[in-house]
Amino acid sequence: MTVQTPERTEPGEAGVEPPSDAPLRRRRRNIMWAGCTTLGAFLLVMIFLMPLGYGTVTALKDKDGVSDPNSPILPVSAEVFEYEGEEHDVYSVPMPDGTVRELALIRPGRESSVFIDPENPGAGPIEWEGRWRTLEPVAGFAPQWGNFAEAWNTIDFLRLTGWTLFYALTTVLATVVSSAVVAYGFARFRFPFRNTLFALLLATILLPPAVTLVPKYAVFLQMGWVGTYLPLIVPHFFANAFNVFLLRQYFLTIPRELEEAARIDGAGPIRTFLKVIVPQAVPALTAVSLFHFFYAWNDFFEPLLYLAGNRDIVPIGVGLSYFSGVYSTEPHLILAAALLALVLPVAIFLAAQRVFVQGIVVTGVDK
Amino acid sequence: MSDFTEAVLAARRERGAKRPASPMQRREARWGFAFISPWLIGFVLFWTIPIIASLVFSTLDFQLTAPDETSFVGLSNWERALSDPNTWSSLLVTLRFTVLFLPLSLVVSLGLALLLNSGHLRGTSFFRLLFYAPSMIPLVAGILIWQQVLNPQTGWLNRLIDLTGVQASGANGLRWFDNPVLVLFAFSFIGLWGVGNAMMINLAGLQGIPTQLYEAAAIDGAGWWRRLRSITLPLLSPVMFYNLVIGSVLIMQYFVVPWVLFGASGHPDGASRFMLIHFYQQAFVFGNMGYGAALAWFIFLVVAALTAVLFGTARFWVHYGSERP
Repeated sequence: MTVQTPERTEPGEAGVEPPSDAPLRRRRRNIMWAGCTTLGAFLLVMIFLMPLGYGTVTALKDKDGVSDPNSPILPVSAEVFEYEGEEHDVYSVPMPDGTVRELALIRPGRESSVFIDPENPGAGPIEWEGRWRTLEPVAGFAPQWGNFAEAWNTIDFLRLTGWTLFYALTTVLATVVSSAVVAYGFARFRFPFRNTLFALLLATILLPPAVTLVPKYAVFLQMGWVGTYLPLIVPHFFANAFNVFLLRQYFLTIPRELEEAARIDGAGPIRTFLKVIVPQAVPALTAVSLFHFFYAWNDFFEPLLYLAGNRDIVPIGVGLSYFSGVYSTEPHLILAAALLALVLPVAIFLAAQRVFVQGIVVTGVDK
Repeated sequence: MSDFTEAVLAARRERGAKRPASPMQRREARWGFAFISPWLIGFVLFWTIPIIASLVFSTLDFQLTAPDETSFVGLSNWERALSDPNTWSSLLVTLRFTVLFLPLSLVVSLGLALLLNSGHLRGTSFFRLLFYAPSMIPLVAGILIWQQVLNPQTGWLNRLIDLTGVQASGANGLRWFDNPVLVLFAFSFIGLWGVGNAMMINLAGLQGIPTQLYEAAAIDGAGWWRRLRSITLPLLSPVMFYNLVIGSVLIMQYFVVPWVLFGASGHPDGASRFMLIHFYQQAFVFGNMGYGAALAWFIFLVVAALTAVLFGTARFWVHYGSERP
């Protein structure tokens, strides 16, 4: 955005001090650009992340606050004051002397009521002439942290997380091991139809899995696997095209000399793979593991299909969707549950972001 | 992405090659097959056989509730699929959403990548993290959050629009989930939250463009827009092509968002009955496995046609630079 047009200098000043003026102006303009761009990016990020702010604020509201379209942005609720063992609502009361005081209503009456000052209950009851129903209730900032506890218990958060972790970790292990083995085969060995087979492998990335589902489901049903994790886990032992592709690209960058040295020392292909390739490929293996972990955490379609009828063992995505179907009238609990569900993946992402960003670069860009 | 084309070209070359194999080559080939055998077995078990079986299933009247009464019905499932108004409306819904969302997501992911790649931006890694973060939010959690944000009465979006003076909340306001057009925008908002991956891929592509090109263009007096059109976009086109192909294949299988929001109801007015929803409902909700298999093959053919079209157009606009001889 900085087109370097020749600086125009005033004719009179041209001979006096042009060297100090032009760079200064350029610097000032650069600072201005930086300020505008950064400010623009900041506004954009605010809009982009706005739903998270909304979710947090709303998850802390009580049920009335969520459904009231005119409720304030922050979670508030009517303030109450406990007096002699009973709770009393607090109202803004206009006093005869013109001031407005926040008082708790202890004895409502038609034409006159008795209030007490929450700040100074020792001062005794205050008689007030007027209809208390015309008074505005006082609302105070009151985040309902209990919503999170309620959501946690209602969706049985620990059980959902446990099953999701189980599913994610087993399939990470299965797919990373099998994909690494297959990727090594494609990266280092010459065999007939290697390129044809590799093209077929890449083609499966583009194929819609739906076309295989009906027979797979019928067979898994016949085998008694529907309602268990077996149909979800077993296929991952047979490598995944995307992971093979990523790992093969990485293996190709490892210098062959290392393997040749190992071979001269008498190591066979399996030993070479385990002792030379795997240690060299740790960054790529970590990236693939993380990708698959998040894929499994998000996986929805297949768990929905194969675990239908066994609601006790569904992973968190399916569990949340069941929950939102049943509790649709309690959005604050749904939002609390959604926020609970995103904490762990986002925390893992933040902790491992460096590996992640590198991994995306390796997968996305060819070579 | 050029790996796809490269792999196809290499496969073509292979057909002609005929070499007498030495014992060492044969041993190498055996090891090669041994290493790729997990994928090869999986490819046969979970792709080849099921795809063919799907074709066979599509000629059967096979009800999940009465598997013993399965009978051969010829092409009647196919006739039913092609005359079912829901099949065509689901194709139309899917294509309409593709036409809306795909360009939108490509432009947004490119725009964000350009912003993050701008030399003027301070705190690049901070912004990169924040723009990417929503992609890490479990999809269902994101959908449930957006469902409330787009609530016509209490959601922030309508209340924000209210602030501009346009009445968006209320009975005649913007009912994001009850209007067949608005709902596509609701899907798009949710989809844009996951734009981080495409953004990062674009960013990596941008960083791979040699800076000398920009310096030379600047000397020639090319402005920002000119440099974007003549340098950035052509050199980024392989990356854009990759995002386009992956994006369109994913939209063809769009399922989770409409399912979590509306189940198989198609609300509003069929606008959420995407192809995969239609298929899932027929095959696994109603248990019409034979009919479901025909619908699955229909989806397969649509995706194959779309991919063929995309790859066919690639040579007109995807610039492979020095990679092509």
